Amino acid sequence: MRKNSVAVLLVFLTLGLSLPVKAEEILVSAAASLTDVLNEIGKVYQSKTKNQATFNFGASSDLARQIDEGAPADIFFSADLAQLDNLDKKGRIETTTRKNLLSNQLVIVLPVDSKLALRSPRDLLQPEMKRIALAEPSTVPVGVYTKKYLESEGLWDGIKEKIVPVLNVRATLASVESGNVEAGFVYKTDAAISRKVRIAYEVPIAKGPKITYPVAVVKESKKKGAAREFLNFLATPEAKGLFEKYGFVVLR
Amino acid sequence: MISFSEATWNITLFSLGVALASTLTIFPFGIALSWFLARKRSRFNSFLETVALLPLVIPPVATGLILLKIFGRRSPLGGWLYERGVEILFNWKGVLVAMAVMSFPLLVRSARTSFAEVNPRLEQIAATLGASPLRIFFTVTIPLAWKGIVAGGLLAFSRALGEFGATIMVAGNIAGRTQTLSLAIFDFVQLGKDAEALGLMVITVILAFAGVGISEALVRPKGVA
Repeated sequence: MRKNSVAVLLVFLTLGLSLPVKAEEILVSAAASLTDVLNEIGKVYQSKTKNQATFNFGASSDLARQIDEGAPADIFFSADLAQLDNLDKKGRIETTTRKNLLSNQLVIVLPVDSKLALRSPRDLLQPEMKRIALAEPSTVPVGVYTKKYLESEGLWDGIKEKIVPVLNVRATLASVESGNVEAGFVYKTDAAISRKVRIAYEVPIAKGPKITYPVAVVKESKKKGAAREFLNFLATPEAKGLFEKYGFVVLR
Repeated sequence: MISFSEATWNITLFSLGVALASTLTIFPFGIALSWFLARKRSRFNSFLETVALLPLVIPPVATGLILLKIFGRRSPLGGWLYERGVEILFNWKGVLVAMAVMSFPLLVRSARTSFAEVNPRLEQIAATLGASPLRIFFTVTIPLAWKGIVAGGLLAFSRALGEFGATIMVAGNIAGRTQTLSLAIFDFVQLGKDAEALGLMVITVILAFAGVGISEALVRPKGVA
């Protein structure tokens, strides 16, 4: 009898003690291009706060669709301003929590063993540059951005015929890696995932199109406190350092 | 070149578990529908069959989108479930629903053919001897058709393991929660981690080979190697 009550007391004590430190888990729907950096940030966040951030990675347009249908995400971290604007208009996110957190840079990549020299985008007009891979320039954000940039440089009409439109960034890298195309356009952060390509030219931020990764708390989230806390963490110098390590440009 | 990690085994076990649960879930419905299609003549037959087979031919992403709309919180069914504390999206239940819908046609295709091959005269004879329809089904029809039914089940199981397009829409791509073999392969390929992707591919190919191989062996006509 006495043993039992001691046991019960112990159980209550442990329960009581463990309650205040009970970890909260939030779900972050994030653009696939953020996979590596957010996995690392998530680990640091957990070790610092005991709270856990779990990630759902996918194409920003799919993630937005899921949130629109009521999927239980707490935070939306998009690679595309339009997707977040769209959800905002429908009242699906907390407008006051919106932040334009990151930017990215366009780069031209060549196969790592390419003997061609490329000092400026103008060199793409040279005849030895036969084919240039680019994510579908009418729909995929990186393709749309690149086309806009080349038009502003007056190069699009000269290069247009050489463009091989592909599915996405990964396909662009694969075709450059294989040497089937002479060059390709990707984001700077994407170029880092392949050792078989080298960055030949970085489009200066001031000249390039405005690329924005916005983030916000989802309106129907049941863990808004923890979600806000994670958003704040993303703005700490520590998180900024990690974003920069992976090649992102941290805004403000 | 090839890399296996602890996560690899967890992903494999998770995929196998949900694919098995999905196959068991669709089994009774698949058998009932197949039997109905093979034995009953009604004007709904071709309509029913077409609907059951649709997931085989329409793009998986489109099926995923339809399921997302059906089970999302804002739909009547999704809302009703949500009020009762059942959420399908973004957890293993979403994976199961996607797998079940996508693999259902394969079970029905195979089981229906197998029921149709059972000579109805044998069932009629059993009936004249006084056996109830239920008894006939379990003691005459099923023993004669079991190979095709099991083959269909295996095929459905293998298809469930390979499911991607509908799963990523309904269940998301959440490591440790909804990430199946197919989703993990996609993830690794996108990230340029080919060694890890290759490890998962080896497992997927072995499982698929076993599933489809046994299924084929079951329905192969006797005497054909």
